Amino acid sequence: MSKNRRRIEIRFRVNRKLRRVCVHPLTRLLDILRLELGLTGTKEGCGEGECGACAVLMDGELVNSCLIPAVQLHGRSIETIEGLSKRGRLHPIQQSFIQRGGTQCGFCTSGMIMASVALLMGKKHPSSAQIGEHLAGNLCRCTGYSPIVDSVRKVGKK
Amino acid sequence: MRTKHIGERVPRREGGLKVSGRARYVDDWTLTGALYGVTVRSPVARGIIRQIGYPAGTPWEQFTIVTAADIPGSNSVANLEKDQPFLAVDRVQHAEQAILLLAHPNKSLLEKARRAVSLDIEHLPAVLSLESSLAQEQVVWGHNNVFKELKIEKGNVDGVLNNAPVIVEGEYWTGAQEQLYLETNGMIAVANPKEGVTVWGSMQCPYFVHKALMELFSLPMEKVRVVQMETGGAFGGKEDYPSVLAGHAALLAWKSGKPVKMVYDRGEDMAATTKRHPSRTQHRTVVDRNGKLLAMDIDFAIDGGGHMTLSPIVLSRGSIHAAGPYYCPNIRIHGRAVATNTPPHGAFRGFGAPQSLFALERHMDKVARTVGLSPVEFRRRNFIRQGESTATGQRIRESIQMEKLLHRALKETNYEKKVRLFAKQNLKAKVKKGMGVSCFFHGAGFTGSGEKRLASVVAVEATEQGKLRVLASITELGQGAVTIFTQIAADALGISGQDIEVAQADTAFVPDSGPTVASRTCMIVGKILESACIELKQTLIQNGLLKERYTSNAFRAACKKYVKQHGQLKSFAQYQQPSHIQWDDEKHEGDAYGTMAWAIYIAEVSVDLSTYEIRVDDFLALQEIGKVMNPLLAEGQIIGGVVQGIGYTLHENVIWNKGRMVNNRITDYIIPTSMDVPPVRVIFEENPYEFGPSGAKGIGELPLDGVAPAIVNAIESATGAAINRIPVTPEVLLEAMENTNE
Amino acid sequence: MHAFLPDFEVYTPRSLREALALLNQNNHKPLAGGTDLMVLLAAGNLPAGSYLNVNGLEELGGMEVGKDKVRLGALTTYTEIRRQAILCKEFPNLVAAARQTGALAIQNRGTIGGNIANASPAADSPPALLTYDAEIKLISEKGTRVVPYKDFHLGYKKTLLGTNELIHSVYVPRRFRNWHHYYRKVGARKSQAISKVIIAACALMNKDRIQDIRLSAGSVAPYTLRCFQTEEILRGEKKSQAAIQKAKTMILSEISPINDIRSTAKYRRYVTTQLLEEFLLSLP
Repeated sequence: MSKNRRRIEIRFRVNRKLRRVCVHPLTRLLDILRLELGLTGTKEGCGEGECGACAVLMDGELVNSCLIPAVQLHGRSIETIEGLSKRGRLHPIQQSFIQRGGTQCGFCTSGMIMASVALLMGKKHPSSAQIGEHLAGNLCRCTGYSPIVDSVRKVGKK
Repeated sequence: MRTKHIGERVPRREGGLKVSGRARYVDDWTLTGALYGVTVRSPVARGIIRQIGYPAGTPWEQFTIVTAADIPGSNSVANLEKDQPFLAVDRVQHAEQAILLLAHPNKSLLEKARRAVSLDIEHLPAVLSLESSLAQEQVVWGHNNVFKELKIEKGNVDGVLNNAPVIVEGEYWTGAQEQLYLETNGMIAVANPKEGVTVWGSMQCPYFVHKALMELFSLPMEKVRVVQMETGGAFGGKEDYPSVLAGHAALLAWKSGKPVKMVYDRGEDMAATTKRHPSRTQHRTVVDRNGKLLAMDIDFAIDGGGHMTLSPIVLSRGSIHAAGPYYCPNIRIHGRAVATNTPPHGAFRGFGAPQSLFALERHMDKVARTVGLSPVEFRRRNFIRQGESTATGQRIRESIQMEKLLHRALKETNYEKKVRLFAKQNLKAKVKKGMGVSCFFHGAGFTGSGEKRLASVVAVEATEQGKLRVLASITELGQGAVTIFTQIAADALGISGQDIEVAQADTAFVPDSGPTVASRTCMIVGKILESACIELKQTLIQNGLLKERYTSNAFRAACKKYVKQHGQLKSFAQYQQPSHIQWDDEKHEGDAYGTMAWAIYIAEVSVDLSTYEIRVDDFLALQEIGKVMNPLLAEGQIIGGVVQGIGYTLHENVIWNKGRMVNNRITDYIIPTSMDVPPVRVIFEENPYEFGPSGAKGIGELPLDGVAPAIVNAIESATGAAINRIPVTPEVLLEAMENTNE
Repeated sequence: MHAFLPDFEVYTPRSLREALALLNQNNHKPLAGGTDLMVLLAAGNLPAGSYLNVNGLEELGGMEVGKDKVRLGALTTYTEIRRQAILCKEFPNLVAAARQTGALAIQNRGTIGGNIANASPAADSPPALLTYDAEIKLISEKGTRVVPYKDFHLGYKKTLLGTNELIHSVYVPRRFRNWHHYYRKVGARKSQAISKVIIAACALMNKDRIQDIRLSAGSVAPYTLRCFQTEEILRGEKKSQAAIQKAKTMILSEISPINDIRSTAKYRRYVTTQLLEEFLLSLP
């Protein structure tokens, strides 16, 4: 048994790199990423799992990082928006968001793109309806969504 | 002028930063040694502060505590009226009003302390609704609760009303709407008597904040610096409130001697910051036997909340738009903005027009029905035409063609056929369908002589690398200002967009180009930018560094050379009011706007009678916006605005209890998700405006104006329920249907 | 983030046995997927104290398909439920509920056990479980007990779960394959909404008669309701306008909806009867 009031050591992977942090067990993954690791691409929009701005991948599955306590992170592998571009080259989904107006103010964008990545891992060519359902947990106040759906549907196309 | 960038689907320039998480918003930035700040607010709508207590159990000596007594300068937020204090002194004028500020290095301790502060506030009777304010159930502001009253008069309304056999009357209500930008308000401040005050934050209008801080600290211009960080949406919600928050952060920094960061959580942002004004509009209309409007008598009232802030300007815009895109010889519009004891309402995309246009376009359907015309035919007969004048007496100079727009919109939606089909199907179906139309305009830029008074300035300068840098206080909020400015500058100079830089909106470096509001960025400020670019080019030509025809390379070389020779190459341009604009502020008479964008929106809805859930199945947004500068961004503006409008119409319901918003969570304040939106079909018509850059008009606010009436007209056509208020939740529709069936 | 973290202790037991021992000694509150508790934490509304991180306990996870019943470990997530072919085939109400709980990121974390223990009257999966005669296995250091889920909820946020107990598993008997299923959630929007009304039902038809029926309702009472009396008057009935009217009247006497920030009692009553009618009309 490990009992903890103060801090525990958590080892986990972030964007394929092994990380070690010492935090209170209920520290939110969101705060670990932003405050401990300086990965500020992941945003806080509501703090209650409703808006999706803080969405990241945990072992390949989409989660809201504001709802993940540190104590459940040990040994996990997290992927954030910062891990998406490889050697400075944007991921095709990132390109598509720029090209098709999928980002406006940009605040929902990191979460929206991570949610899109999660979808595209399981389905190469999702329909608009599937994309709509898949992204329903990611709120956007600027685009009206269809440019985002378009960005996902036409990813990789000219 | 060749246009290589204007009119193209140029992708957003800062897009790369945004899609890779590298764009820096205020909360992404930390200063070493910074404290966090929080606000202690009034739970009471109106009252007298008896005592502020700091109960034992909290190490108060560790906290920086700021009250009104700590304010070095003027304790009022720079605005139209000096009635809004940064911190309450002895009276509370609205719920959530800031009373004191706390700062501490530990955020969680700070929250504990915030909850520990005890406030002893004696309750005074409060006014909590528009009706009770109008009825003066209590006088809570001035001598009659009225922030501003105005009258627009044309012809002789009473003359017509007195002799009219039939007057069609209607009353329409709209609720508050929360902007719900995804990034909450936030500010970082460094402030001390030696260096002055610097703030970095999320905002629309750096120079509004600048002025507010100068007055708050009694500092000269050069001692105050305001820097906009990447801003995660605004929609009007970051027009006036950032002045308050910047003041708070700076006060804590001033007193503690340390940098202070204040970022609201969602609950506080929703509860305490501005929302769209709730409204009531009453219409009395007379029509002749040919279905032509004879007289429109309109009473427009908005709830401004506890302080005046921008309410008079919202009222003005709402009133000017209240008679819409129709010609009527006799019009009277009576407008009032009144006080209640809720947090002040403020700017939100459309700025009063969505409220008055909801009323108008619902009422037009009612009048049409009364005189036995279809909603479409009635509107067609009354559209304003070139040479005719609006409610304010503005003569329409351009060749607007509302009939042509309407014709196209009807065709695109297969309107007539669908109306007949649905009428037939609805007889049996449990899911009823309907079509609704709305016709409207939106004037871009400040009203009347507002732009002349602003006298906005834009500068451009050559960099040492031979690039061109745009210096303007206009902020990128997601609407695409940086990209549009790049396009305008690149084409004005005939160079590549890659050679244009748009400087961060930092008052230490950029001139005052006015606020980023009122759909003015492209049409007004873009035009000034164009002039500044042309002047800079002329300087190079006159100095023999550039020929009339040149390449990007030649331009870069010329700039470098000039900078080497003269130290700097910079040109300024200032707003020049087109000579045709004549406006009388007192009478609200004349040319309210340089031009307007014109639109026809058509909604197709279905209503499930077993749950009264309403679904928008199809939405057509057709508008004439001068010149489409960037179709990709323009479509984004329209679709985004329409979806906000769908939320406004069907979902977004601010629930009040004793002057406080009680559903101040994203879980409980419902905005559309990707599953709630129809395909929004966007069609642009172009009719270039002489005084806009390349003919462009403003479009940012336009889409919000016409969504609600189109949808509610469609709901009525589906169900027969004559609904006169938004939001139309299923609960509201249930009640309305019961009344309809009785 | 409003919580003062030092006010909280978290224990991560290495085994179920250790978890149960801890529960027996102390007043720990279990933490599973975090989709409810972490929201309260961030809002500064989670009661200070000791929490037991049960999320990694293998015994509480997993799913087994037996001949007569399916066992869902308490830690089964909504996503896992959605992906199970057998559930899609035999227990579509449960899958529909999982699909409409929050959105995807929530479905990846939220657990069936947590949803039951949280005991929100608006929860999405309890109405579905009630239509399938689910049983809940509760475990403590003293042993296990299996209780019919219909007896589990006692009042608003009150359940049979002892402070020393954990929800171990949920069992659903495999006898509903030939029944007709119905699940409809009405919320404020198409997705990611908290329910205003949920009706879940299933019925076994014998020619044109309702041989057997299960009917439950969410968000219309202090806890998720199994509508026994309405079931009773429908059992053995033919699908007829008269039967439907009788059922609608009866269900109104069983529910006790309120006005709150999400809806009105009046609307909830109306929709409850409409959904009941829709279900009955959908029967062959």
